[in-house]
Amino acid sequence: MTVETKLALTGEDVRSYSEANREPGWFADKRQNALALAETLQLPKPDKTKIQNWNFTEFPVHAVQDEPLTGLADLPQEARALVDIENQQTIYVQRNNTPAYVNVSDELKEQGVILTDIFTAAREYPELVEKYYMTEAVKADEHKLTALHAALVNGGVFVYVPKAVEVKEPVQVLFLHDSEEASLFNHVLVVAEDNSSLTYVENYLSLTPNAKGLANIISEVIAKDGAKVDYGAVDVLAEGFTAYINRRGIAGHNTTIEWSLGMMNDSDSIYENVTHLVGNGSRSEAKSVLVGRGKQKQNITTKTVHWGQDSEGHILQHGVMKDEASTIFNAIGKIEHGATRANAEQKSRVLMLSEKARGDANPILLIDEDDVTAGHAASVGRVDELQLYYLMSRGIPKTEAERLIVRGFLAPVVNLLPIEGVKKQLSEVIERKVR
Amino acid sequence: MSTLEIKDLHVSIEDKEILKGVNLTINTNEIHAVMGPNGTGKSTLASAIMGHPKYEVTSGTITLDGEDVLAMEVDERAQAGLFLGMQYPSEIAGVTNADFLRSAINAKREEGQEISLMKFIRELDSKMEVLEMDQDMAQRYLNEGFSGGEKKRNEILQLMMLKPKFAILDEIDSGLDIDALKVVSKGVNEMRGEGFGCLIITHYQRLLNYITPDKVHVMMQGRVVKSGGPELAQKLEAQGYDWIKEELGIEDETVGQEA
Repeated sequence: MTVETKLALTGEDVRSYSEANREPGWFADKRQNALALAETLQLPKPDKTKIQNWNFTEFPVHAVQDEPLTGLADLPQEARALVDIENQQTIYVQRNNTPAYVNVSDELKEQGVILTDIFTAAREYPELVEKYYMTEAVKADEHKLTALHAALVNGGVFVYVPKAVEVKEPVQVLFLHDSEEASLFNHVLVVAEDNSSLTYVENYLSLTPNAKGLANIISEVIAKDGAKVDYGAVDVLAEGFTAYINRRGIAGHNTTIEWSLGMMNDSDSIYENVTHLVGNGSRSEAKSVLVGRGKQKQNITTKTVHWGQDSEGHILQHGVMKDEASTIFNAIGKIEHGATRANAEQKSRVLMLSEKARGDANPILLIDEDDVTAGHAASVGRVDELQLYYLMSRGIPKTEAERLIVRGFLAPVVNLLPIEGVKKQLSEVIERKVR
Repeated sequence: MSTLEIKDLHVSIEDKEILKGVNLTINTNEIHAVMGPNGTGKSTLASAIMGHPKYEVTSGTITLDGEDVLAMEVDERAQAGLFLGMQYPSEIAGVTNADFLRSAINAKREEGQEISLMKFIRELDSKMEVLEMDQDMAQRYLNEGFSGGEKKRNEILQLMMLKPKFAILDEIDSGLDIDALKVVSKGVNEMRGEGFGCLIITHYQRLLNYITPDKVHVMMQGRVVKSGGPELAQKLEAQGYDWIKEELGIEDETVGQEA
């Protein structure tokens, strides 16, 4: 059975958005094709969460207009705390759907590093963007949400690191949300050529407590042979969004992709983080921490797909659930035929802070090759009574002791974020959310 | 002077009675040793004083300067001046030793009176030096991946930083080689003096070669069956426990449960 979805936007609407955006033909055509697909394709089916009744298609407006920033000093207080304004040279800031500020250090410019909004990139670097934009990592025709994303993309950023260039300072990206009406169809495309290295850190930050729109966000990381990409993210989207956040990577030979994801949304969210270890000797570390509170419903799937020989994939998911929040944590290690000596490891731990919260950890290993190693550990439980006793026996009150344990539990991601302001912000968000 | 007084203490774990009427009084400026074979209730005594969640006090009292310790939560007992150096300290990932210690010190202080970072670091450095601990131990996660000896030193480090009125050291000597034993003893001896009392639980006399106790108690069958001075520990070392069992007509000294 196919269910036709009537979308709020027509092909005509999307076409005129493309024109206003001065999009190249191939990009605009991609939208039109995707829009047709979005009407017929099914929603994805995240394991153990029914999303048929979630609103992924209705939103107030496609794009809102904002003024760009004159400089980083112009940033709202809460956002400014994320940035080392004196020293952060390579940074992109987007306000709702408007590219608000971008700067690339002279050194990186000379080396050919690109950081620009996705539409400018499509115009100015079509040979790169057309090659990688929704062609390898994520495709528009996967399901309704990827199609909808391709049809309605209204923001995002392109990062390009040429061969053998090592980007030493982290590239920082802020996606600020301060309009209730806004929807975020952001697309992040990161391309790291052979033997290059990049540390990329992005923040999704709602500066308004409520949202009426959709967040349908896709990040693609294409890491070529010998490249190393560290991808850090802290998502703090307001209640009211329905969020679909898909971050996917493709690793070449002897390539490493590391994900450090802080999932701190207050909205219902479907998360997907997939790494394809295509090349021999490729590696990934996928670490996520998540806090659920209120009546929030979330589903997170972290998946590593091993294609290359000697590929090494590690998944860590730590979640804290309180109030009546509910989250499903799926960790999937998939080893394809031919990926000899691959190693797929995963750990999922859920800490329950209230009786009514729900947390499920599903460890899944799918193995089509004989000569491999794999391991999984999954646990759901309360704060360890003996740990509490130990801390309290040193005079630390129970609530503070719990706070310390929770903080420690979520530290694996906090400690990996390379930008001090972002690290501090994640700590603070965690404190605020678990209090 | 402060006094920790234990009267007719009965303690059960999962409905099995382990302590069957323990009486013990310790003053500050005194070091007591509780000795005895395995399974006689020594560690249960330590855990009951601190308020371990698995141990249930069924009757008797514990008071600190007249205050009812049993009515206090675990953290309140620590705030009141009790400290337990544990036999099996918990490992807590993601919380550094230094952060934990600062939280513990500040928990005892009023808001706005928190220890300054500089003072804290100075003190931590000097105590770690006494205990011959690597400086990087401060930034490692609390007890995570620590060797047995490192954990014991870390317990003594906490003792020295928190400066309680009474410390109970539960088999702090187990699994320590002779050098580590000396270091741990040095830490305890630094604490010795006015305002500090200590209850050392051990089944070996060797620790007492380095920390001379003022009083020695022997536990069997969940009670203190004999008390004396340091010479009692020496006699136990030389002759074992059998003479006490004979003297008291005890056949099986245990309470049927590993203490």
